Amino acid sequence: MSTAISWTTGVSPARTPAVQEIARVLSQVPDPEIPALSIIDLGIVREVHGDRVIITPTYSGCPATLYIEQSIRGALNDAGLAHVRIETTLSPPWTSDWISDEGREKLRAYGIAPPPKGAANASLRNDTHAQCPRCGSMNTAEISRFGSTPCKALWRCNACAEPFDRFKCH
Amino acid sequence: MAALAPLSTYALRLGDDALILGQRLSEWCGHAPTIEVDLSLANLALDLIGQATHFLGVAGDADKLAFHRDALDFSNCLLVEQPNGDFAQTMARQFLFSTFQELHLHALASSKDERFAAIAAKAVKEVAYHRQLSSDWVVRLGDGTEESRARMTAGLDWMWRFVDELFQMDELEAKLAKGGAGVDKSELRAEWDRRVDAVLAEATLARPASRRPVLGGRRGHHTEHLGPLLSQMQFLQRAYPGAVW
Ligand SMILES: [Zn+2]
Repeated sequence: MSTAISWTTGVSPARTPAVQEIARVLSQVPDPEIPALSIIDLGIVREVHGDRVIITPTYSGCPATLYIEQSIRGALNDAGLAHVRIETTLSPPWTSDWISDEGREKLRAYGIAPPPKGAANASLRNDTHAQCPRCGSMNTAEISRFGSTPCKALWRCNACAEPFDRFKCH
Repeated sequence: MAALAPLSTYALRLGDDALILGQRLSEWCGHAPTIEVDLSLANLALDLIGQATHFLGVAGDADKLAFHRDALDFSNCLLVEQPNGDFAQTMARQFLFSTFQELHLHALASSKDERFAAIAAKAVKEVAYHRQLSSDWVVRLGDGTEESRARMTAGLDWMWRFVDELFQMDELEAKLAKGGAGVDKSELRAEWDRRVDAVLAEATLARPASRRPVLGGRRGHHTEHLGPLLSQMQFLQRAYPGAVW
């Protein structure tokens, strides 16, 4: 694994310049549904290993899956990395715990309350109150557990009266 | 259709359950009582169709299997093809199925077959949401107004005949379960009963009376409701074979 970067184990082994270059390109690929975040921020990229990029879908039926793969292909090709292969894996299943700390900050700044950490242990830990991404109040309430995309729930803030999205704990 | 290997047949059954229920739920799109419910049902449908794509992909070419088979070749359980009826009937069906599907997928996540284990481990997290949403509605409508209670009671009555089939085992699935790739669904019944009874109690509803179970979906013997569903779902690929976006 000396030439790999993994985003799931928290391990950052020695990186070759080639792998670093692939990682740099991937960090420029936005998520189509939340363009403020890159696919690396979201934890969709699992690993870069030699000339293989391994990705995983967030949800089984995520309609953006194909689009994301095409975006990665395009970005790699544009960077002269047409030889790099993209592989998809389902296991282990994606969890919102893989969203990076940087990604969580970007979500908040974008107006989406980030998910609480620890989802991997309890997939339905949505009972903790979300913090309003606009005014910071914890006086909030869930409107619907299903929102405009599979990964978001609808909430409202009782303090500033604004509705907001919360990234689902998953 | 040519005979499939046992694992493919099992994948087909799992995929057909998810596909047909996903298609049924998508019929609500734009028609649900509120925008939040509309979004919820569309999300459930999306999850299920995604799961179907994965399971059917184990059995063969997912698109061909979805769009180029006739009713007799579908092996979904009869519960999932039942009509939406009103919102209460849809939630009754979802509650009974999601409670079962969650138990089934949870067990399947330990399958010796890596493909089944991976799909199940991913899907079970999604289905937990489906079970929770539908349970909430069973309670809300059951323990609601006189009318909502009557509708939920009628919805559960409609669907109850199709419950036994969920846990039915045949020789093929028994062999797979014994070998560690599949799940002995009959062993899930006690826990299903416990969970369903707990929600019904919270909803102050009585368990529907036992009736003669209706069986046959796994062998392609479907109710009259599957055909019209397929004719809508398959229309485009039937009219323009191989059409792509
Ligand atoms: Zn606020």
